[in-house]
Amino acid sequence: MDRMEVVRADDDRDTYYINMGPQHPSTHGVLRLRLHLDGERIIDAEPIIGYGHRAHEKMAENRDYLQFLPNTSRVDYLSGMIYNLAYCQAIEKALEIEVPERAEYIRIIAGELNRISSHLLWLGTFLLDLGGITPFLYCFDDREKILDILDSVTGSRLTYCYGRFGGVTMDVDETFLENTAAFCTYFHKRLVEYDKLVIGNVIFQERTKGVGIFAPEIAARYAVTGPCLRALGQARDVRKDEPYGIYERFDFAVPTCEKGDCFDRSIVRMEEMRQSLAIIEQALRDIPSGPVMAAKVPKRIRPPEGEYHFGVESARGHFGIYIVSDGSDIPFRMKLRTPSFAHISTMPEVLVGTMLADTVAILGSIDIVIPEIDR
Amino acid sequence: MSPNFVEIFGNPWLAILVAMSAIIGYLTLNALMLIWLERKLSARIQRRMGPTEVGPYGLLQTVADMGKLISKELLTPEHVQKPLYLAAPVLVFAPVVALCSLFPVSPSWVFHDYNIALVLLLAISGTNVLGIFIAGWGSNNKYAVLGAVRSVAQNIAYEIPLILAVIPVVMTARTLSLYGITEAQSAFPYILVQPLAAIIFLIAATAETNRAPFDIPEAESELVAGFHTEYSGMRFGMFFFAEYSNMVIACGLATVLFLGGWKGPLLPGFVWFFIKVYALIVLMMWFRWTFPRLRFDQLMKFAWVVLVPLAIVNLLVTTIVLKLI
Repeated sequence: MDRMEVVRADDDRDTYYINMGPQHPSTHGVLRLRLHLDGERIIDAEPIIGYGHRAHEKMAENRDYLQFLPNTSRVDYLSGMIYNLAYCQAIEKALEIEVPERAEYIRIIAGELNRISSHLLWLGTFLLDLGGITPFLYCFDDREKILDILDSVTGSRLTYCYGRFGGVTMDVDETFLENTAAFCTYFHKRLVEYDKLVIGNVIFQERTKGVGIFAPEIAARYAVTGPCLRALGQARDVRKDEPYGIYERFDFAVPTCEKGDCFDRSIVRMEEMRQSLAIIEQALRDIPSGPVMAAKVPKRIRPPEGEYHFGVESARGHFGIYIVSDGSDIPFRMKLRTPSFAHISTMPEVLVGTMLADTVAILGSIDIVIPEIDR
Repeated sequence: MSPNFVEIFGNPWLAILVAMSAIIGYLTLNALMLIWLERKLSARIQRRMGPTEVGPYGLLQTVADMGKLISKELLTPEHVQKPLYLAAPVLVFAPVVALCSLFPVSPSWVFHDYNIALVLLLAISGTNVLGIFIAGWGSNNKYAVLGAVRSVAQNIAYEIPLILAVIPVVMTARTLSLYGITEAQSAFPYILVQPLAAIIFLIAATAETNRAPFDIPEAESELVAGFHTEYSGMRFGMFFFAEYSNMVIACGLATVLFLGGWKGPLLPGFVWFFIKVYALIVLMMWFRWTFPRLRFDQLMKFAWVVLVPLAIVNLLVTTIVLKLI
């Protein structure tokens, strides 16, 4: 049979395929979506991933525990601090290292600052996907302030390697604390402005309400976590459910919405930034003085034989580190459970029936980070 | 009757040549300055500096950019339909030049006062979409075709409220001549008696010129660059020029219909005309840098469910009121 005939026999000729990515303005990196379209309506969507694969998990099996530390902040480069600290905490749990109080507080402040910066980048790029260019620059302007604050203590702006097993590399100074406090005061006002400029905008609401709803059943099946799950009305947050570090000392709410559409996800993230600010303010108030590194940390990191798991709430959802140790100073296996991978997996079901313009809105609203999917 | 441009030059061909050259020169300068203005304005809105390096206040930045566009090799991708691909930029730009000649800029500055100038203007501006569609279709690119299809649907949908908003003005002024409509606004501009029509006209004109928040034919986050995805160099520059020239046409028409054209105290007529036109253009730029983009179906819904009924109601009310007076 002729090859063309085969294609035409089972292919509806009124429909067509479109490759969104790997080079496309709104796939946030090297994601490729193969969309099957009928006019502007999507009848099938398939995310094709792996363009940014760096084999972090395999790299972990070839270097000792400390050498893997810089990798962690490169898994999700937007919440590098949270990932970095999560890895440290996982090892500390395995080795039963006591972290000094001051270091715990610094970790909270740094982690929450990182969460706000990640959410700010989401807000900006989300609006950019929807065609609003101005909020993007506002968000980056504010994000820059956070990066400057973190830069002043960690020495880097994006891929911080700030945590160490048993504490943090460097103590923070008074300037850092003052700058952070000043940022909190400033950012409260900015959040009100964002609410007016973005959330209150009629066109924004038109574009996001009722779009990209994660059915609870889909969310459960694909293990959707983080703001995407909370937008569905389930108040699940690792910081509350299985408090790690010293999170149980802080008073903060877990914001939820009901419908789970793009608009609800936006509301949840906006509210989360407020909660993060509240946590930072409490931490700034209570931070004690003292050492920032544990006195007794073994020279060679050798977790006893066994399996260790540590989960944290990253900016995007539940991030889990699963380490299998054979007692040597190199992990036998390290599994990184990243939220974006679960979220992108839902796309074939969530995108079907939506319009092409909704695709970018949905992709933007679930806040995917491609290196985290590929890791 | 207004002074006639043709009579001043004697020879009609000479008059046309001079007028066309002047218009093309003006449009080029206008596009360069508007692009600069848009960059500066967007920068100010976004708390940035905008262009500062080339020339005073970055004024020559767009000139440098045009130099770059002109000096670029004119690439023709292999998979395009060549006649259509090559014709499209010309088809987009050509109507604009013709349209500019219709505006009465000041009492003595009229190329020719056609008694049906308004109909002619709306008819010619309707052909703009043809160029865009040919560009998208001839490019043989899925994103470009999608952009072209959107553009056609959008332009047809918004032409209806646009014309429905123009009719009450014509009824009040009792003439289709742009000169006559301006003269009829000697006492007060029509925006005072037709505020709704003015708003509908401005929204529809923004959509007609494919400006944000109605820029879905070239929505970069969905369609890469829409209908001009495959164009580069000065061919892309032509689309760019046409966009800014179309803004002048749309805002010029709004000025004539609703803001009283050249009418105004103290300053000479043409100064008033341009002040009004550029004030409207700044307003359109402000829209663009404030709002996100509508979705395609919402855009169509807005035209058919909101604008068209409103325009019809406005038309009916105007008819009744005119009958009663």
